[in-house]
Amino acid sequence: MTEWLAFTALILGALFVLVSAIGILRLPDLFMRMHATTKTNSLGIALILIGVILVFPQWNIFFKGLLVIVFTFLTTPLGSHMISKTGHMLNISTWNRYVRDDMANDR
Amino acid sequence: MIQLGAQIALYILIASFILILIRLFRGPSLPDRIVALDLLAFVSLAIALLMMIITGKEVYLDIVIVMSLVVFIATVTISKYLTKGGS
Repeated sequence: MTEWLAFTALILGALFVLVSAIGILRLPDLFMRMHATTKTNSLGIALILIGVILVFPQWNIFFKGLLVIVFTFLTTPLGSHMISKTGHMLNISTWNRYVRDDMANDR
Repeated sequence: MIQLGAQIALYILIASFILILIRLFRGPSLPDRIVALDLLAFVSLAIALLMMIITGKEVYLDIVIVMSLVVFIATVTISKYLTKGGS
């Protein structure tokens, strides 16, 4: 039972990573590509870590895995915010169907 | 059973690694490349977790802890460098 749960978590996490890889290759714009990368950073890593915790049922592995999940969830929004601010300040070429840009005066 | 699952997940992760590498080489602007590098680091972190299952050694989890912090610092540093210290 636990083995099947770990199997499912591993395969699901890897599929989330594959979805975000296809997204970063196919989407037309920096901001949409960043939207695709969040699948790996949150769900992919968390699901694979849950699989690892289920395979190794020990307390130190559990706490270290929880530590990695907490670190990832704390640091990923900060990094994404910095990259998107940088892209907006560098005035990169965006998709041609955007309706409005509220930060156009902040460049 | 779990070995087979780890192998299949490893193949899927290698395929996504190659897809992200294409974006890294092709990316039109520099922030695209930063995003691709960030994602590559997270995929290699997932590969390290799968190697932990395949080989059965617990040392890989320490690598994952350190890498998940270093990746964040690298991303913030490159972003700050590109905007020349501005917010």
